[in-house]
Amino acid sequence: MLQIKNLTKIYDGGVKALDNVSFEVPDGQFLAVIGLSGSGKSTLLRCINRLIEPTAGQILWNGEDITAASQEEMRRIRRKIGMVFQHFNLVHRSKVITNVLAGRLGYVNPAWSLLNRFPKEDMEKAIKQLQRVGIAEKAYQRADELSGGQQQRVGIARALMQDPKMVLADEPVASLDPVLAHSIMSHLEDINKNDGVSVLCSLHFLDLVHRYADRVVALNEGKLVFEGLPKDIDDKKFKEIYGRDAERVG
Amino acid sequence: MKNNKKASPWNSIKVGLLSLLAMVIFAYGFQITKVDLEELRSENRQQSLVRVTRALAQPEIFEYEQVEEIVNYPIYVPCLSDGNQASAPERSASDPYLVITPACANPGEVIQVEGFNFAPLTVGPVRFVPGNDPANVVSLGRENAETDSDGHFIVSMEIPDRVSDDVQFIRATLRRNIGAPHFSKTAYDTWNKIVETVFLALLATVFGTFLAIPLSFIAARNLMKTVKSPLTSISLSVLGWPIGILLGFVAVRGVGNFSAVVGSNVWVNLAGIIVSPVLAWLGLRWALPQEEITRPSQNMRFARLGVILLAVLVSFYGLFQLASLAMSIGQTLEAVLGSFSFLGYFLFQVGDIVAIITPALGGLAAGGTLSSILGRMGQLGSEKLPVSGIKSLNLILTLIAGITIMGLLGQLIEWLYEIGEPMYTLWGPMAVGAIAGLLLAVLTKPKDALPIGMVVYSITRTFLNALRSVEALVMAIVFVIAVGIGPFAGVMALGLHTIVSLAKLYSEQVESILSGPLEAIEATGANRLQTIIYAVIPQIVPPYISYTMYRWDINVRMSTIIGFVGGGGIGFLLQQNINLLNYRAASAQMLAIAVVVASMDYISSVLREKAI
Ligand SMILES: Nc1ncnc2c1ncn2[C@@H]1O[C@H](COP(=O)(O)OP(=O)(O)O)[C@@H](O)[C@H]1O
Ligand SMILES: [Mg+2]
Repeated sequence: MLQIKNLTKIYDGGVKALDNVSFEVPDGQFLAVIGLSGSGKSTLLRCINRLIEPTAGQILWNGEDITAASQEEMRRIRRKIGMVFQHFNLVHRSKVITNVLAGRLGYVNPAWSLLNRFPKEDMEKAIKQLQRVGIAEKAYQRADELSGGQQQRVGIARALMQDPKMVLADEPVASLDPVLAHSIMSHLEDINKNDGVSVLCSLHFLDLVHRYADRVVALNEGKLVFEGLPKDIDDKKFKEIYGRDAERVG
Repeated sequence: MKNNKKASPWNSIKVGLLSLLAMVIFAYGFQITKVDLEELRSENRQQSLVRVTRALAQPEIFEYEQVEEIVNYPIYVPCLSDGNQASAPERSASDPYLVITPACANPGEVIQVEGFNFAPLTVGPVRFVPGNDPANVVSLGRENAETDSDGHFIVSMEIPDRVSDDVQFIRATLRRNIGAPHFSKTAYDTWNKIVETVFLALLATVFGTFLAIPLSFIAARNLMKTVKSPLTSISLSVLGWPIGILLGFVAVRGVGNFSAVVGSNVWVNLAGIIVSPVLAWLGLRWALPQEEITRPSQNMRFARLGVILLAVLVSFYGLFQLASLAMSIGQTLEAVLGSFSFLGYFLFQVGDIVAIITPALGGLAAGGTLSSILGRMGQLGSEKLPVSGIKSLNLILTLIAGITIMGLLGQLIEWLYEIGEPMYTLWGPMAVGAIAGLLLAVLTKPKDALPIGMVVYSITRTFLNALRSVEALVMAIVFVIAVGIGPFAGVMALGLHTIVSLAKLYSEQVESILSGPLEAIEATGANRLQTIIYAVIPQIVPPYISYTMYRWDINVRMSTIIGFVGGGGIGFLLQQNINLLNYRAASAQMLAIAVVVASMDYISSVLREKAI
């Protein structure tokens, strides 16, 4: 169970990206985070693994206070939280397998990383994850030789390497075309349904939300404006979330 | 069409004033830089220009064996009052001889010198030799003779203003090349110095690159901005450096002494070299398990720390043994290898260098390690202890750290300037450090993370910028004073300049890497070191290679002139020859420089294409 309590983030420039946001995510849920761009979705997800330091509020994960964790503890917490990014964030010049193995960095001893050595089990595991997302044959190519959809699958394999209990996906399909979008989303669904991993996924398209999400939270200018089931987003709610001028399409 | 600017008298006046100002600046510049075409037109200049240009066009690369025919002929200047003439020297019928008309003359008069029986088609100077010694090497005049196919020549020369009662001489020296051309001594010297030049550039580039890489990380804003620590952690890690350096230096020097006691027997050395890395590897394998899911117990962690320490000491022992082995093998090789004895010399020197710098390396390593361990303890402490406890702990720690740092700085100043006044170089700075430390502890909130990364970043940047603005040539002058004339000074100067300028260029590359992969690696739970290895380094390899190549080109150029100030390489020879007006030799060296610079340019451009 992930509990977000009164989370606020004010950036150095004075922008209030999150304003007193509170909600809960039970284990194994697929939660969609929606909102206009600039509404604070990325900030929210990054506060959860403290890539961004929250200004105020609390994040509890299975009772452990993430916001109060020390650097050592943060390393242990982060390795249980996989993250998938809009722009994939692979290391371009490294091989695919290296990118996937990087998911183990929170587990291996840093001294051995100096020598670029991973345990044999990790190597096998990496190939297995690549098989799972269907691109095992690309393992020894450079990451930037892959197409966008393939790169995102490498990103998912990297997150899977962490044996995550939770996956944060920040608009994972926003830079992909719709067909690929479904293939990527179904991988996330697979992880969620079969491995019981909680997924927090920010999304742009409502049809994806209806198709994949168990529950939805919506942000507008940093404030939580909706929390509920996807089917509960009626026209009135829609206008609250996306602004009065927005038109529902599709 | 729309006219954006209105034409106003104001604008015209402004343009006019600006042009006038530009002209005045230029006129002043002409005066300052002494632009003087008159000088260029003067006859003296033109003559020397022609002479030098011709010499430069004939680089002294090849030379012939030469045979000389020297004939001296006596002459009185002025004519004797009794009308006697100097008597012609004895000769056999086939010897070359001179005829001078008139047989005596006053200074300033022109005489005719005619030569017979010389070897055909030879050239050489005809000179006036002052004094009564025909073997005198001093000679005056600039006439040159050239024999025809019969071995005959005629030249006119003016008698210089050398009056004497004794007999003086006219000397003709005619030279002829024999045999095939061969490399001149200048060519050999030039070759030797060019080799020195290239290696000077190579060493400076390699050392500079290695040291610039770690510096470039701490001079990169994006990496350092996120480094923040609470005051407890900062003051502990500051204290860790001097203590660690001292302990490490003493410990490693102890290992070195022990290694020296063990001796320089080749077999003992060899055994040490093989056994110690194996032991160290096993120890590290045990103490640093590759993956660990649960946290080990306190006792276990102490045991591991001890084993790591032992493993490190054992590896230092191996290093000393390696150095000792290299030195003894080098010595043997140097004696037996003949013209490849430089390999032995190299081995010996490398061994020596390793033995000398290992304690320093050990000190640095220990300093870094202790500092980071203490820093981590400080971090932990300030996370877990209550605020009031941290507050008083900080007061004590910053006090000690301030005193230590300022005291050490003061002693450095004492050592540099020999002030000999402990009030200014010990007690004073310590008091300042104490006050600064206390102020820091009082003014900051005890658990706040302070932006120590940005402080280190700013200091590093300032230091790099200051050093970078000193020309390598000026650094060479300083090093020549410090370590003496020779290529070593040049290597140090070029190396230092390479470090600072590459560190700047590299760090700009680090600052321009994509932040996405960095964030992704961080999100996996990787620590800072791992983030650098897996997210930063892969992104900076290509620019680092190309900047290193670029620096290599610069260093080759610089190393050719660093000898002008005594820094070794071909510049030394070139400058000497220019000063001795030996332009043909200088020309050979300039040619060599051109060839080397062009070919190194070519090689590096080929490599660059291959690498990127
Ligand atoms: N590093 C930053 N510094 C200052 N402001 C930021 C930063 N990142 C995001 N913001 C601001 O915070 C708000 C929320 O941004 P973000 O979380 O990226 O929204 P979303 O992901 O929903 O598009 C925006 O107004 C954005 O301009
Ligand atoms: Mg976003």
